Amino acid sequence: MDKNVSKFRVFWDSAGMLLVFAVLFILCSLRVDHFLSAKNMEGLLLSVATTGTIACTMLFCLASGAFDLSVGSVVACAGVVTALVINRTGSITLGIAAGLGLGLLVGLVNGLLIAKAGINALIATLATMQIVRGLGYIVSGGKSVGIVNEGFFVLGNKVVIAIPAGTNPFSHQPEYLNITTPVLVCLACFGLFGFLISRTTFGRNTLALGGNAEAARLAGISIDRLKIMIFSLQGLVAAAAGIVLCSQLTSGQPKTSEGLELEVISACVLGGVSLTGGVGKMSHVVAGVLIMGTVQNAMNLSNVDSFWQYVARGLILLAAVSVDRLKQRGTGR
Amino acid sequence: MPTRLAFDSVVKEFPGVRALDGVSFTAEGGQVHALMGENGAGKSTLLKILSGAYSPTAGSLEIDGQRHVFPSTAAAIAAGVAVIYQELFLVPEMTVAENLYLGHLPARGGVIKGRQLREDARRQLAWIGEDIDPDTKVSYLPIAQRQLIEIAKALTRGARVIAFDEPTSSLSSREVDRLFTIIRDLRARGHVILYVTHRMDEVFALCDAVTVLRDGRHIKTFDGMAGLTVDDVIRSMVGRDLKNVFNYTPRPHGGPALEVEAVTGPGLTAPASFSVAKGEIVGMFGLVGAGRSELLRLIYGAERRTGGQVRIEGRPLPAAGPRGSIEAGLVLCPEDRKRDGIVPVRSVAENINISARRHHATAGFVLDRGWERANAASHIASLSIKTPSAATQIVYLSGGNQQKVILARWLSENVKVILLDEPTRGIDVGAKSEIYAIIQQLAARGVGVLFVSSELPEVLGLADRILVMRGGALSGALARGEAGESAVLKCALPVSG
Repeated sequence: MDKNVSKFRVFWDSAGMLLVFAVLFILCSLRVDHFLSAKNMEGLLLSVATTGTIACTMLFCLASGAFDLSVGSVVACAGVVTALVINRTGSITLGIAAGLGLGLLVGLVNGLLIAKAGINALIATLATMQIVRGLGYIVSGGKSVGIVNEGFFVLGNKVVIAIPAGTNPFSHQPEYLNITTPVLVCLACFGLFGFLISRTTFGRNTLALGGNAEAARLAGISIDRLKIMIFSLQGLVAAAAGIVLCSQLTSGQPKTSEGLELEVISACVLGGVSLTGGVGKMSHVVAGVLIMGTVQNAMNLSNVDSFWQYVARGLILLAAVSVDRLKQRGTGR
Repeated sequence: MPTRLAFDSVVKEFPGVRALDGVSFTAEGGQVHALMGENGAGKSTLLKILSGAYSPTAGSLEIDGQRHVFPSTAAAIAAGVAVIYQELFLVPEMTVAENLYLGHLPARGGVIKGRQLREDARRQLAWIGEDIDPDTKVSYLPIAQRQLIEIAKALTRGARVIAFDEPTSSLSSREVDRLFTIIRDLRARGHVILYVTHRMDEVFALCDAVTVLRDGRHIKTFDGMAGLTVDDVIRSMVGRDLKNVFNYTPRPHGGPALEVEAVTGPGLTAPASFSVAKGEIVGMFGLVGAGRSELLRLIYGAERRTGGQVRIEGRPLPAAGPRGSIEAGLVLCPEDRKRDGIVPVRSVAENINISARRHHATAGFVLDRGWERANAASHIASLSIKTPSAATQIVYLSGGNQQKVILARWLSENVKVILLDEPTRGIDVGAKSEIYAIIQQLAARGVGVLFVSSELPEVLGLADRILVMRGGALSGALARGEAGESAVLKCALPVSG
């Protein structure tokens, strides 16, 4: 048993997967046509925005030793509710408030079920996942809800920053890498929740809860309140991502984001967040989300059959979990 | 012909501990042989080696001249050994008959022969004098009957060596009589009966020989009960030389720091009342299961109190919630460090700062990283915690250093009363005396200390006053001067009736 924390181990624990991403990114740039083009980079960033935003709070769920399966359903349902309320009232503010309110409510219910009723997180969030998915279909009548108020579309589509990216070889017009609001929302979440997990009592208490719940309780941490806060935040952030997605799609879609919860959890675990709790950093989440997104993007560009993409994603997840197991064995537990 | 069981220089080592140190003695068939010793003397380890649950580090045992080292419990069962533990190993949702023949159900081609099973079971039950329907589910039966079924189960497997681990702890006196009748029957058949107990009255009522273990060593075997007194046995149980590792120095005591008034709750059989003064060290002794940890957890609020009151320097605490206790200056170092104390995957610094950091965080939640570093570093230095760095995961530290980290956690708070549950369990001698020193420094600063220990010398050497618990209630309070080993032990040992 190596008692000394080697420099390499410290580096690898926090930034190892970012390094893996960097290598992957360089390989894709060299080997995959059009990968580095401005259009593709735009698409890549946009495709990871939703996963990345939700992964920020999933980091807290996982770090506390639990997880939340209801996020995909919350994304869809919050979008539908927002669309319906905007159409009904004509107010964008009311619509967004309704969507966020729904997310917060679902999160609060999850938190109460887990903390107060003592129901296992798998079962509690599996139940709310289905309930909320069902409610989304019920209120929308199973169809997508188009939004008439175009002012709302700004949220998901506005180009906030345009980075010059050379000129088009054919038209000789300047090209730009457009950064839209969903990407900025995701970046803001990376910053905010990264700060919360590593620099605040809330974050450290979450890690202690996941590392040893009873020890955390006896050390004076109110673990029930903490769990409720974590799940409420998760619901709120999933709803926010759902509203942004709804704006991006210009409609509330009850079918969207099925299986998103597993994508988010796989990304976190791939990046190095421990499934058993107590270990997790924002750098893990960023790396996991980017690796997943890049692999997906490269497979699309290389015309990999979509059936094979499922197989590949499963294999990557399996590899990630094996790494988690090996790490645990490393700590001799 | 009676069976004969002999232990031959049995050694069992765990990392850092020698639980059994060359134990040799013989138990003759046709006798009930008592096995006695304080907590941690090695009785349970010896039973586990007999049952095949542990493999000995060295040595062996002999049944009827045949040498054995059981690699598994199955091997021990095959050799005719049965150990009947306090917690019974029956499957509650299966029938009595199924439990009796579990693992060797009569069957043809995998199909159970129901009639034969029932008849065999009835015969076994009749032998132990029980009129139980073999088709009854075990979960419907009271504990006493389940215990008899456990005995019958041992007999269906052809057990010739039967060990009982405190079998009467949950029985009424009539049920005890019944059990004794059956044990005497087994004795008459020439079986070897090992009988582990803390109850002197049972030893003198039932047993024909007594073996005493202490600190993993065989101290003495009394081959007959004639002329033997309770004091003889107690003396050999406790008689060890007290080394001066405590460096006890008397301190002045102030007003009451902790007042416990008629506290009740799960694990207690009577309301508990006592107090600890500022600067006083109170030791609490009792056998395993006497309710000491339960009482500490109730005082701390880890478990909700159902009645009574706890006051810290005169101010009452809320009925539950460690948070409120910590705010009031009452803290607990739990017995099971691994389960209740440390957060294993987090760093040493994190484990030290986990509680006190809230006083130093900006706006109540943004960590003051300067304070975090400084606080961890100063405690690592002042308590000489041996760790490669403050960032090392705490699981890599030795037990003694983990305990010091937990002490550091509470020294970072404004502590008025500290509760320590077995503060030196599983800790090597060197670290022990360091922890004794820290405890005395705390008391010298005016902190009220209440510590629970199963080690009598520790209680006698460190405490200004000794409280004793027995069967879920306080059974004695002795001042440092008047407390001898046997006086304390007499308060702690159960009286039946």
